[in-house]
Amino acid sequence: MSVLIAVEPVNGTINKGGFELATFARLTADQLGTEANALVLGNASNAGELGKYGIHTVHTLQHPNLEVFDSQVYSKVIAQAAKQLGANIVVVRHTANGKSILGRLAILMSADAVSGVNAAPQAGSVFTVSKSVYSGKAIAHYQLSSNTKVLSLMGNALQPQFLGQEVNPQAISLEVGNPKLQLVSRETETGHVPLPEAEKVVSAGRGMKGPENWGIVEELAAALGATTACSRPVADTGWRPHHEHVGQTGVAIRPNLYIAIGISGAIQHLAGVNNSKTIVVINKDPEAPFFKAADYGVVGDLFEVVPRLTEAVKKFKNA
Amino acid sequence: MKILVCISKTPDTTSKISFVNNGKEFNSEGIQYIMNPYDEWYALVRAVELKEKNGGSVTVINVGDVSSEIVIRKALAIGADDAIRVDVSPESSLQVAKEIAAHASGYDLVLTGKETIDYNGAEVGAMLAELLDLPYVSFAFKLEKEGDNWLVSREVEGGTETLKVGGPIVLSAAKGMAEQRIPNMQGIMMAKKKPLNVVASIGAEKGSVVASHEMPPAKSGVKMIAPDDMDTLVKLLHEEAKVI
Repeated sequence: MSVLIAVEPVNGTINKGGFELATFARLTADQLGTEANALVLGNASNAGELGKYGIHTVHTLQHPNLEVFDSQVYSKVIAQAAKQLGANIVVVRHTANGKSILGRLAILMSADAVSGVNAAPQAGSVFTVSKSVYSGKAIAHYQLSSNTKVLSLMGNALQPQFLGQEVNPQAISLEVGNPKLQLVSRETETGHVPLPEAEKVVSAGRGMKGPENWGIVEELAAALGATTACSRPVADTGWRPHHEHVGQTGVAIRPNLYIAIGISGAIQHLAGVNNSKTIVVINKDPEAPFFKAADYGVVGDLFEVVPRLTEAVKKFKNA
Repeated sequence: MKILVCISKTPDTTSKISFVNNGKEFNSEGIQYIMNPYDEWYALVRAVELKEKNGGSVTVINVGDVSSEIVIRKALAIGADDAIRVDVSPESSLQVAKEIAAHASGYDLVLTGKETIDYNGAEVGAMLAELLDLPYVSFAFKLEKEGDNWLVSREVEGGTETLKVGGPIVLSAAKGMAEQRIPNMQGIMMAKKKPLNVVASIGAEKGSVVASHEMPPAKSGVKMIAPDDMDTLVKLLHEEAKVI
């Protein structure tokens, strides 16, 4: 038995999420006294770096049928690799693609499945994993009794750790089926980190009074190297695009730093963001419920406070 | 065109969540239940729109006890034609997927919401697709019929993509797929007469179930910073919180 991670490179490279997966697998394998290996699906210039984060052997697979993501094809390949390599625990990332693989693997491998795991497992007498549930309002613990397990790891749940050396990837030979999905077009968003992976997020709400005022939010985000987000009413009124909506019915995030500007902190909003490590709330209303969930609070006019904060960040970065 | 929409019952988004029996059981006291928003706003409404445009029928299926019937009637009021309720209180996504799979053959399209707002698993759709041996597209925000094919746009890491696929397929619906519909009086009256078939559980296995719950650690208390002293905030974020 061993632990296997399935990694999909994004635009030809393995990103931080892939290294988080490597570290998670290694921490799991260490507890079980086994090794962690990786299957890289597609071309990645930095596949060998997975070794630095704890992977023993990096297996790479390149095939034209993997160019379009078809969960049916990917899942069969991963299940095949697990069998060939004797892996009984398979871990994927909790991304849109990872989620569509996880459920299939659970069936294909007759495995116990838990999605969105948020910390390294406790692999004592009972294998226990935890995840955030009720959109961040609670934590659930699962005890997995089946020998075969499939897990998806929540982004930014743990930091990649240096646990080994860079390795030479080895090509693996696996049967790759024909995809039923046909790619028509792909649009890549560049220039910012997607919200679920962002380490810093600057988010704003109705207190901004209108979409024309968003410049100060974007300037603060740029100074911090943060991704921008918004509350639901802001997305619903079309001030900001839907994909920026964080909260219970939007994207659930867990950055290291979440700055909420002019957001009162309704329970549905808090549900999607309260896993953030540090929360800063800027609001003119001292009674805003968000202050109760915050680490740092500023009561004041956001149109004055936010530019001042941007200046302070720039001053700090240049110092 | 025959469409099946999987719907789930979840606590209302404003619910305060707590547990009883040493964290083993959800405390349902004072909880209002709703149809899972992703199932209702996106999967169901898009199914009804496709039926209105192309003809056919929309069936909703729920795995749950009799308390689910209130959300099933709402789905019928929004525009589904008939409903199936599998009479068992579900404990895991595997169980739900297997119970639904037993009734999901013969549809051109099977829709779920992108995840439920209680366990946030996003597992049922993929499990169902594997059990039915069908293609699966997750997190779709656009779905159109084009001749014999489906044209689907979905969210992926770092962007979006549009795919073409022949039917039948399983698909999970995300924001953008449709707009919420409030059932009108006529819909509500008609819903009472639409068929709601209660079927027995097949006794599907559960796989992994929750052993216990706990509440996230509470914040130690907010530190207030004067609005004219942002240098101090930056210093605290650097030295104390260590996030910049």
